[in-house]
Order: sequence, then C-alpha cells, then structure tokens
Amino acid sequence: MKVNSSIAIANGPPVSMNTLQKIGAAMGTFGLLIVLISATSFDFPNPALWLTIALTAMAGGIVIYSKGLYDHKSAGIQNDGVWLKSSSNRGLIAWMSGIALTVFYILLYFYPQTLGLREGDNVGIISLFDPLSKLLSGNPASQWFIYGALYTLCIAFFGVKFFWKYRHNRYQKLRTISVVFFQTAFAFLIPEFMSRLNSESFALPYYDLKNIWPLNYYNFYGYRVDEFISAGSIGTALLIFGILSILVITPILTYFYGKRWYCSWVCGCGGLAETAGDPYRHLSDKSLFAWKVERWVIHLVLVFVVLMTSAVIYSFLHDDPSKYWLGPDAFLMGMVGILILVFGLVWFFRRDELKKDVKIAAPAALIVILGLVGIHYLFDQRLFLFDPYKLREWYGFLIGAVFSGVIGVGFYPLLGSRVWCRFGCPMAAILGMQQRFFSRFRITTNGGQCISCGNCSTYCEMGIDVKAYAQKGQNIVRSSCVGCGICSAVCPRGVLKLENKEDTGASRYDSNPITFGNGEVKLNP
Amino acid sequence: MKEERIIIIGNGVAGITTARHLRKRSNCRITVISSESKHFFSRTALMYIYMGHMKYEHTKPYSDDFWEKNRIELLQARVDEIQPNEKQLKLADGETLSYDKLVIATGSKTATYGWKGLELEGVQGLYSLHDLQQMEINTKGIQNAVVVGGGLIGVEMAEMLHSRGIHVKFLVREDRFWGSVLPKEEGELIGNHLISEGIELRYQTELDEIIGEGKVQTIKTKSGETINCDFVGICTGVKPNVDFLRNSALEIDKGILVDEYLQTNLPDIYAAGDCAQLRNARKGRKAIEAVWYVGKMMGEVLGATLAGSPTKYNPGHWFNSAKFFQIEYQTYGEVPANLSSGQASLYWQASQKEKALRVVYESESRKLIGIHAFGIRLSHPQCDSWLKTGIQMSELINELPKANFDPEFYENPFPEVQQTFSRQLKEPQL
Repeated sequence: MKVNSSIAIANGPPVSMNTLQKIGAAMGTFGLLIVLISATSFDFPNPALWLTIALTAMAGGIVIYSKGLYDHKSAGIQNDGVWLKSSSNRGLIAWMSGIALTVFYILLYFYPQTLGLREGDNVGIISLFDPLSKLLSGNPASQWFIYGALYTLCIAFFGVKFFWKYRHNRYQKLRTISVVFFQTAFAFLIPEFMSRLNSESFALPYYDLKNIWPLNYYNFYGYRVDEFISAGSIGTALLIFGILSILVITPILTYFYGKRWYCSWVCGCGGLAETAGDPYRHLSDKSLFAWKVERWVIHLVLVFVVLMTSAVIYSFLHDDPSKYWLGPDAFLMGMVGILILVFGLVWFFRRDELKKDVKIAAPAALIVILGLVGIHYLFDQRLFLFDPYKLREWYGFLIGAVFSGVIGVGFYPLLGSRVWCRFGCPMAAILGMQQRFFSRFRITTNGGQCISCGNCSTYCEMGIDVKAYAQKGQNIVRSSCVGCGICSAVCPRGVLKLENKEDTGASRYDSNPITFGNGEVKLNP
Repeated sequence: MKEERIIIIGNGVAGITTARHLRKRSNCRITVISSESKHFFSRTALMYIYMGHMKYEHTKPYSDDFWEKNRIELLQARVDEIQPNEKQLKLADGETLSYDKLVIATGSKTATYGWKGLELEGVQGLYSLHDLQQMEINTKGIQNAVVVGGGLIGVEMAEMLHSRGIHVKFLVREDRFWGSVLPKEEGELIGNHLISEGIELRYQTELDEIIGEGKVQTIKTKSGETINCDFVGICTGVKPNVDFLRNSALEIDKGILVDEYLQTNLPDIYAAGDCAQLRNARKGRKAIEAVWYVGKMMGEVLGATLAGSPTKYNPGHWFNSAKFFQIEYQTYGEVPANLSSGQASLYWQASQKEKALRVVYESESRKLIGIHAFGIRLSHPQCDSWLKTGIQMSELINELPKANFDPEFYENPFPEVQQTFSRQLKEPQL
C-alpha cells in the first residue's frame, strides 16, 4: 500500500466541553463582559459591587472550568488533544485570542484614554477599577493599576488551573505557589501599600522589589534615583538593594540553582507564561534557525539596555554633579570595568564552550562599547552618539512596550508563551550567561533510557530541542532553560532530572555518543 | 578508487543508528531505503500522535536537514529482493541498486495467530506509520473497541483509544497484566490501574474468531462469549519483518540469523534490530529482543564494524522502560515473572499510591540480579553499576536511595522501602 510521507494525522474528533467547563466558560465570559461594557463608558450604578461581581465571575469561571477539565481525570500528564484543538494548535480560536490580546496591549500602552484614563475623574474601565485602587493605595486607578490587577488575577487563577493539571508533581506545585505569591505580594500589593505611606514630605517610587534591572529598565532613571534619595535611609537602602540585586544576589542564586530561581519561580513575566500561557507552551519554535535568532536578538537587547541605562545615568550625573556623590566619569569607568571583568572571566574560564559566532560577536560588542566611550572622551562627542533621552524613549517603546507586551503576551496563542523571555528579556540574557558558564544547574539524562519520542522538546516553552541532548545521553546546559521542569514531567521513561548537585567526576558539559551500557563500542578505538 | 557504498534497508532506530555511527567514522556512500516514511521517526512515539500530544514532525529525532548535512541518502522505496551474488537489490519499481555492504534492519510486523476474520475492516495491529493512519480511519466515530494481548503495545493501544473516549475491552490471556514478564503483584498493580482508568480488563480471555461482514461486528472468545465491537486491535506481539527474504540464500529462523558481529551467513550482509536473531544469545537474554534500545545499540556496534573496526555486539545488563497510562516502569537486570530456583526477591508496594519496587537476588550469595520500579524513577547508571559489581542485599538496602531519579521535592519513598526490605530479608526465605 502506498504510504504518504507527509501524513497529516491531526484530524481527531472535535474536543467538546463538558457541563462544568461550559458553566466555567460562561461565568468567565460574563465577568469579562462587565469589564467590556464599562469600556463603553456605561456608568455602573455601584462600581464597587459590579467590579466585585466581574472579578469574582472571572476568577470563579477559571476555577470551575479547570475543575471540569481535570477533576475527572486521573493525576498525570494531561496533553490529550493538545494538537487537535483549534485553541492550542493555531486555529481560528487561537488567532482570535491573539488579536484580542494584542489590541488590549496596544490600547493599554498607547491609548490609555480609550480605557477611560482622565486627568480628573476617570471614566470607562478605569473608573470601574477605582474602588479597588482606592481601597489599596488610596489613589484612583490608572491603566497600570488595571493591568496589574488583571495580571495578578490571571497568574493566581490560571495558577489554580496549572496546579490542578500537575497535581501529581510537587515540583510544579511548589513553583506555582511561588510565582503566585511573588506576583500577588511583591508585584501587586506591597507597592500599592507602599504608596499609601507616601506623604508630602516622603515619597517612595513605585517599586516591585523582585523586578530587577535590566528587566526593570527604568529603575535607575534620574527621577527614580532622586525619589529614592529623597526618601532618606529607606529610599537609599532600596536603591542599594536594586544595585545589589543584579550584581550580587542574582549571580549567587543562579550559581546554586540556575536561572530558574528567577524565571520560573519569582518573575512576573515568567509567572504569566507558566500559568495563563501554559496551554501554548508547545508552540515555541524548535528550529535551529529560531535558536540563532534568539541568541542574536536577546544579546542585542542586552547591549541596548546597557548602553541606554549608562547613557541616562551618565547624563543626569553629568548635568547636576553637586546632587550625587558619584561623579559621571567614575560611574562610566565603573561600568567599563564591570563589562571588561565579565568578558574576561568568561573568556578565561569558558572559552572552550563558546561557539564560533560568540567568539566574534562578544569581542565586537565590547570593542564597540569601549570605542564609543573612547570617542566620547577623545573627540568630545556625546556619549554613545545619541541623545540619552531619545535612547530611553526608543527602548521604552520598542522593548518595554512592543516587545515585552504586544508581542510577548499578545502572541501567546501563536508563538508560544515565552517569546519575550526567550528572544527579548535582557535579564534572562544575563541570567542565561551565568547559568551557561557559572552554575551548578543542569538537566541530567538517565543513562540509555531515552527513546527519542520528542515529548520533552515539544513541550519546552523555550524552544530547546531537549531530546537532541537526551538521546545522546548528554546533560542539558543551555542558557535559555528556565528550569520549568516540564520536560522532566512529560518524559514517559523517566529520563530527565533537574539538578544542582555539585559535579561528581564528569563535567556538566561532557557527552557520550554511545548508548549507556553498550560497553564494547568505542568511538575512537 | 570507487567510493564504497553501504545500503541500509530500514530507517528505524537500528538502521539509522548504524548510518550515523558509520558516518562518524567513514566517508563512504550511505543510502537508507524505507518504504514506510522518508524520514526516521520514533516508533515508540506513535501513540502520542494519535492522542494529540504531538504531531508526526515532532517525533523525528533529527531535523530534516540533518541527512544532507551528514550525507546520508534517503530513498523511499520498497525492496523486493536481494541478489547477494550480484551484490544488488531489486526495488518494487524494477530498479536495481548495487551495494558493497548491505545492512538489513527491517524491524518487525504484527504477529497474528491464524484467527478467522483478520482481513475484516476495523481489525489491525499497531506497528507502522501506516497502521497509525489506518487506526485514525478505523476508529473514526466508533464507540467500542476490543484490544487483544496484554503486553506493551496492547496497553498503548488501550490508552490511545481511551483518550478518544472509545470504550475498551482489553483481553488478556494470563491471570494478570503482562503475565509473561511481570511478577504477580506488579501485574495486578498495573491491571488495577487500568481498571481505575476505565478500561474493561478481561483476564484469562483469548480471541477465537473475528466476525463481521466486510467490517468487524463482533468477536468470539475461546470460552464462547461474543463481544460486539467496531474495532479490534491485535497486540499479541511482533515478529521479524523478513518474509520478503525467505526465498533468498539468507539463513533465517524467526529472524535473520547473525553472529556476534551481526553478520549473516552471507558475506557483506549484516542485520540489526528487531529483524536480527542472534545465533548465540548471552545467558539470560533472548535471541531476538525487539526493543528500541537493542536496535540502537546494535546500530552503534554495526556502524563501527562497517567502518573497519570489527566490534562484537556485547550489550551490558538488560534495561527497559515503559509507561502504563500514568505509571512509569523501569527495569534493570533480570526480574523474571516467576523466580527460578536459587533466586529470591524483596518487594515493596506503597499502600496508598501506585508505586512499587522489587529486587531479585541469588538466594545463596545474596547478590543482586535485577531491580525494577513502578512510579519511581531509578538511575540507570547507578543500577547498572550495582549489577556489575553484584552488590550484596544488605549493602544494597543501605545504598538504595542513591538510585532515586525522581524529580525534586517528590515524596521520598526510600526510607519505607528500606525498612520493608530489611524486614523481609530477615524473614526466612520461601
């Protein structure tokens, strides 16, 4: 019989919803509808009541839907029909959700007035959220408050869904509790409460303590630094904490646990990807080409954010030197020193691990940065040639808004849930270098047990072709790995394990191309 | 000098591993012929395509540009016969291909046992990509299925059908699941798990006849019971796919007979994987072991041999793995369904959860000869090193936690296992 090589087998039965799922979906839609109606500037008579109803309906809807989805199934991997459903296989539903999310992000970032933001009393959606905002911080809501509230709601309640889905797996459960906690407490409630403490004489900047520069690219902008300093010793402590976070705390934690301590246990972007984004994790592009694009783009964003931040800091230190104890030149030399130190460490200890393109691109980037600093001093040109406030504006628009928001989340249903984390996040780039070169973390493979089935690669949200390593019996030591642990969870043969034990014997980079246990064969006899 | 040409029939794990390891060592011309698919895919992953966990393209272990990069020619064609004297192959379309060395890695096909009605629509096995396509057609919109044969493919097929909401009656010849391989307790553990998942398990039930007009309507069991169904999955094992070679000069028993270098009785012709039958299997091992890992290891050996470093197929200790619905299984060394004389075993099973662990040892010397686990992941290198050194039971019990390969934060079953084993070891041996 003739066999067609490009078989299209994904034509299983349409997956229908059960009663609970229908009730959940209806409830959630109802809640969403209230919010949408408010967008038409319809004035709800009692906004506090209607907001409560809307949020409860959305949260309850997600929970009931999840119960309908998972409760009758035995604990274990729940991937039946993932590639057969329109919503998770880039079908019509996926496109529609993608477009809706993208539109929401565009309005949020660029046209907040359409959401009802006003100088005086808010209208529309934003006024609907005023009661909650006033309850927490005492201030009326803004578009960012709504965003924060909905974001937290998504992480918390899609977190419940994820928890249900992986209820057999304690690693997944603990990780989910952790991201829900950090989002709710650190990203949402604490900053709101902190702003409640503000008065005429004392004002802390809005600060999500777990949001570390360069993800929090605006943390060291002049106005924030001024606010920190003017808030006395608490403010100064927070400023120092912000600097120590990236220079000291981050490398230490990443050395012991890999970048997962941040990306899949703490970070809000990661939190959303792991919860609301989980149904789309398999859509990440696994091709070699995508990997190449990833390596270039994420490191260029990192270079961009370093240049932009340095230019901004240098500029405000330079403009008003009497205000700060740190002089602009000392700052710039410090930056250059750190860059050279990091570059030197990697080159000295890990040059054998560097791929060809890195050996060219990394020194090139360093030389360009040093060259620009040199041009500034020798030829008295503007630092990095561009107006620092233009750089700041471009970064905010291109990376802060379009990349991380519009593309990063808006395209979840089409490109997968970690597009921003994989291609754009400069924090992930820094953690990734630490993980790749100076960390104990790796995913180990269990002898010869791999059957190359492909589940691990398929469900890797970061687009890592995990099985390419596993079938060779090689550890997975990749800078992009966020340690979500799903590859290990979906492996049907118990092959993959996330570890941070100290190496015993073999190095974490070693590989053995012969199946474990096949004693007689030598590759180079 | 003319470039040496090596032709490999079959692009499964044995054939492709041979090609890859040959390429690592040699610049010869390599051609892989398969009628099943253009590219190598993971046969063990077929079930996940049906269940919607993956698409076909995800089951390819190497990306499509791998083959050109490594100069491995892929030819989708059917080989009709081999002509060893002329050193050539005849393809179904009449073309002939010359080789210098030939590898036969044609795998298996579904074994059937002369039942009536096998030709009916809706009756099939599950081995090839074509079987999977067939299953997609045969199960469209149906309600009731019968799966015959309580082994690994049977349980996979049951899970596949179950995932599409099709009711499965699972006929098992023995008094427990996979009774030819699993000891009683483990067979029952898995059997109970299947029942809890909603599978209708029928022990000690054998197929007698399949009845229908054009399409299957009912089956009759050996005890005379009839069961109505729209689909019958034949999962009573596999046999080497060598029928097209029966008329050749190759010596064939069940499979193609090979020596320890995987060479057949004919010069320059080798066989590997499911279709190869070892003339002298090692003690405790079978002459044909139709599993992924054996195909892979044979390929590694044969790649070396073909490149001019003759290497014996001499696998280490047996290992295998499977997943029965939600319960993972791993085995190392020898854990027989029924202990032979001179063997004893220790067994632990969790009271609430579906987890179990068994070790088998020589009663006299108390040396380990096998270990397997259900619902607990064991480290392959660790178990293998214990088997190599023939670790003593008392020492093994102390060391056991070293084999834990479960994900972080998982409940640690080992203290309880150690306690149970210590107690059992002190009891008088049965």
